[in-house]
Formats: sequence, structure tokens, C-alpha cells
Amino acid sequence: MQYALSIFLSGISLGGQYALIAIGYTLVYGILRLINFAHGDVFMVAGLFLVYLSTWFPLWAALPLMLLFTVALGFAIERAAYKPLRSAPRMSVMISAIGVSYLLQNLATYITGGLPKSYPELPLLSNNVTIGGVSTKWVTIVTPFLVLVLVLALQQLINHTKVGMAMRAVAKDFETSQLMGIKINSVISMTFIIGSFLAGVGSMLYFTNYPSIVPLSGALPGLRAFVAAVFGGIGSVPGAVVGAFIIGMSESVIKGSPFSIFSDAFTFALLIVILVVKPTGLFGEKVTDKV
Amino acid sequence: MLKIDDLRVNYGGIEAVKGIDFEVPEGKIVTLIGANGAGKSTILRTIAGLVKPATGRIRLQAEDITALSPDRIVSKGITLVPEGRHVFPDLTVLENLKIGAYLRTDSLDHDLEWVYSLFPRLKERSWQAAGTLSGGEQQMLAVGRALMSRPKLMMMDEPSLGLAPLVVKDIFSIIKKINDQGVTILLIEQNANMALHTADLAYVLETGRITLSGTGEELLRNEAVKKAYLG
Ligand SMILES: Nc1ncnc2c1ncn2[C@@H]1O[C@H](COP(=O)(O)OP(=O)(O)OP(=O)(O)O)[C@@H](O)[C@H]1O
Ligand SMILES: [Mg+2]
Repeated sequence: MQYALSIFLSGISLGGQYALIAIGYTLVYGILRLINFAHGDVFMVAGLFLVYLSTWFPLWAALPLMLLFTVALGFAIERAAYKPLRSAPRMSVMISAIGVSYLLQNLATYITGGLPKSYPELPLLSNNVTIGGVSTKWVTIVTPFLVLVLVLALQQLINHTKVGMAMRAVAKDFETSQLMGIKINSVISMTFIIGSFLAGVGSMLYFTNYPSIVPLSGALPGLRAFVAAVFGGIGSVPGAVVGAFIIGMSESVIKGSPFSIFSDAFTFALLIVILVVKPTGLFGEKVTDKV
Repeated sequence: MLKIDDLRVNYGGIEAVKGIDFEVPEGKIVTLIGANGAGKSTILRTIAGLVKPATGRIRLQAEDITALSPDRIVSKGITLVPEGRHVFPDLTVLENLKIGAYLRTDSLDHDLEWVYSLFPRLKERSWQAAGTLSGGEQQMLAVGRALMSRPKLMMMDEPSLGLAPLVVKDIFSIIKKINDQGVTILLIEQNANMALHTADLAYVLETGRITLSGTGEELLRNEAVKKAYLG
């Protein structure tokens, strides 16, 4: 019973962290039809930002600064690497994204010297707590609630504000959106800002569970979050969230079983199955390509 | 109100518009007619800022608006109802109307009432996703959406395309009504008969050049126009 509870707790907490990354993939895909391969690395860099900022500033200043820097990074990547390719074939933008991903990893290796950097202890989040006889960190309990609040706020933004309406319009049709007076570049920047902000929050929740961070730390969580986004139907925010919780929960169950070594294999097997059975994912739109 | 001088537009190496001059006087309905591929849509898309011209000048009330970005052009009071309607299918009818007023910050109530009075059908369906409307209803929505920006000049690219004759009649009478309320209209049509009957001033476009111009009535009587466009 206690065992089941501990599996459940770590499952929803992982799921929540993946959800925050997956939303960034899905929002950008929804608007640009681009798989932003650099997103997992932005998540890793957000972790490094906090490592360095927390040595210079107290945490109450370092955390908001980390979010600000992460948002600025996401914004800058879009302006520098994707915007100039707006009318280029989609494959070129994809290759540019892979390039940015390697650039971020290499820069991180250069700056850290390739050594693991220990992640700062966050007040409250890093503290231990015992519920139902299971000992865990507070972050495990906080994550699902924080994710819920952020996702509801995001849904509110997308469905009930002018900016959100513009995001939905641009996702469907660049040209007609321009005829409405919408500046599509601002809307695209906005999606990168939101995605990076959530990845920043996610990195804080995720890395608190680990003693240290290396330049490749973003790769696997990024990949799992991407699988979650595809699983839920890429382009759909609720899909990404549901997909992330499913992926997080199955990872936790398998890691707690004798087959723990197969946890990533299982994740990708799941991806293959869903792509074969329902290529658009759980919540995907029927027609994904725009003309 | 709108004055075009020596406008040339290229797509890659192909010259789609080959140096045209024309004028849209304030308060009038002006039509451009021409065969498929004559360059009609290209002209409207260039005025709207979606396509950059190779040479030429576009002036709105003496102000040079050539090559401004589309959002600046909308803010100057020019709007385009695009060929093929292009309503946002996942947005509701009401959201489509609101997004037409994207650059406005004042109250929309009055204009919503105006659009709903022109198209009562849209009011009944304001909560329906625009993609589920019929073709004629989508055209009404595309026109209503354009009106929500409170334009001085409304450009329309083949509003009658693919619509039943009765609906076409409706659309043209609405165009007249909108014009009566002070909106200048630049209309592109393949349905030359209807367009020339409605227009104050008309231009005939042939493969990127204007070959004829006159009042709607003059062109209706013109032998060449009769032969080529009125069947
Ligand atoms: N994006 C584009 N790229 C290349 N050529 C184009 C493009 N758009 C239009 N053209 C070419 O420019 C010419 C004029 O096209 P345009 O769409 O302006 O014609 P039109 O008069 O509106 O025709 P229709 O009545 O069929 O709508 C055509 O020869 C067309 O093939
Ligand atoms: Mg056309």
C-alpha cells in the first residue's frame, strides 16, 4: 500500500514536470509546425542559470531572474534561429533547431567545464515530508498542484483573452491573421516566451530531485516530454498535459518494477504504438497541415 | 481616396502586374474585372501589404502607404476580404468578428449590432464554430469580420465565388448598403455582369495591364467587354 502510494506520488510529480516541458513543444508546433529540438536544452540551461545565479544572489532574487533569463533565451533563439527562416522549407528550420540544441549543449559544456554542477537546495521544495508513511520531498506534493494552476491559467489565456485568440488564429492561418492586423512575429515570440517560462518552472521542480546537473541533463526529460506531447496529440495543450501524466506515471511504475532498466524503451514503444494506432495522438486535430 | 501609380509586382521572375495606374474615389464602388490569372488578387494583396511591389506607389489620401506592413495598413483603414473567405474555422462566429477588430481598443458593441443587422443569420449563430457555417454564411462572416475594423476602404476579392445566384444577389445588395453607409469599396469579380451593374467605376484588367476603364454602364455597353466578359 505504501509502496503503491510512493509510486503514485512520484508518477504524478514526474508527469507534472514533463507537462511543463511538453507544453512548450506543443505550443510551438501548433503555431510554426516546428519541433523545437532546442527546447529540452533550454530546460537544461534554465537549471544552470539557477546554479550560477544562486551563487551570486539570494534565492528570492535568483529564482525570478532565472525565469527572466530563460524567457529571454527562448525569445532570442526564435528571433535569431527561426525567424529568418520564416519562408524557408520546414526542414531547414528543423535543422536550425538541431543546431541550436547542440550549440546550447556545447556552450554549457564549455562554461561548466563538463563537470556536474550541484543544484541549489530550494527552501520548502527540497525539504522532506512524510505522508501516509511515505517519505518524500515537498516538491513531489507541490508539483501537481502548481502544474494544475499554471495549466488552468494558460487555458484561460488561450481561450478567453485577445492574445490567446490571436494565437489560435495565427496557428490556423498566417496570412489571414495579418489581414486582421495581427503582428504574427509578436504572437510567435509570445508562444516561445510562454513555453520557456514553463520550462523554467519545470526545471526548478525537476532538478530539485537531483543532486547535480550536466550539459546533457535536458536531453532525456526533453525527449520524454516530446513523446508526451506527441502522445497527447501535438498542438493540443490539454493533450500534452494528459500525455505527460501518462508518461510520468508509466515511467514511475516501471522504475519500481524488476524491469526498471526498460523504462525508456517502454516510453518509446508507447510512442510507436500510438503513432501506428492513432497518428494524431489522443487529442490531436484531424487536419494538421495548413496550406 | 486611393491612388495607384505604375504598380509592378513580380513573383520570382514572372511579372504578374505590369505597371498599372488607377484610382478609387472616396465613397464609390469601384470594380476590377478580368479573366483568371489577370493579376486581380495580386493587386489587392499588394495594397493590403501581403506582397511587396517591385515598383510603383500606393497612396491613401495623399499619404504614401506603399510597402507598409499589413497591420499598419489595417490601422490606416483599409481591409481585405480575401479570396475564398478564409474565416477561422475553429473560432466561433463571434470570435471571428472580434478578431476583425483586433487593432481596436474601444467598445465593439455598436459595430457588432451593425454587422448583426446586416447579417441577422450571424447573430443566430454567434456561438457556432465558423467552420460549420455554409459557404454563403462564411462569406457573410468574412465581410462582417472586415467591417469590424471600421474600414474607410473595403477591398473584396470575388465575394460571389461559388455561391448560389440568390445568395450572390444578397451579397451585392449588402455591398450597396455598406457603401451607402460611407465605406468605399474596391471589388474584384469574375461575375462581370453583377459587378458592372453595381459599380460606379470599372477597370478591365488583362494579363497584368489595364486595358479599359469607364463607368459601370459604359463598360456594360462596350462591345469588347460584352464579348469577353458578358457572354
Ligand atoms: N504566390 C505566387 N507565386 C507565384 N506566382 C503567383 C503567385 N500568386 C499568383 N501568381 C501568378 O500571378 C498571376 C496573377 O495571379 P492572381 O492570383 O493575381 O490572378 P487573379 O486575376 O486573381 O486570378 P483569379 O481570377 O483566378 O483569382 C498568375 O499567373 C499566377 O499564376
Ligand atoms: Mg484571384
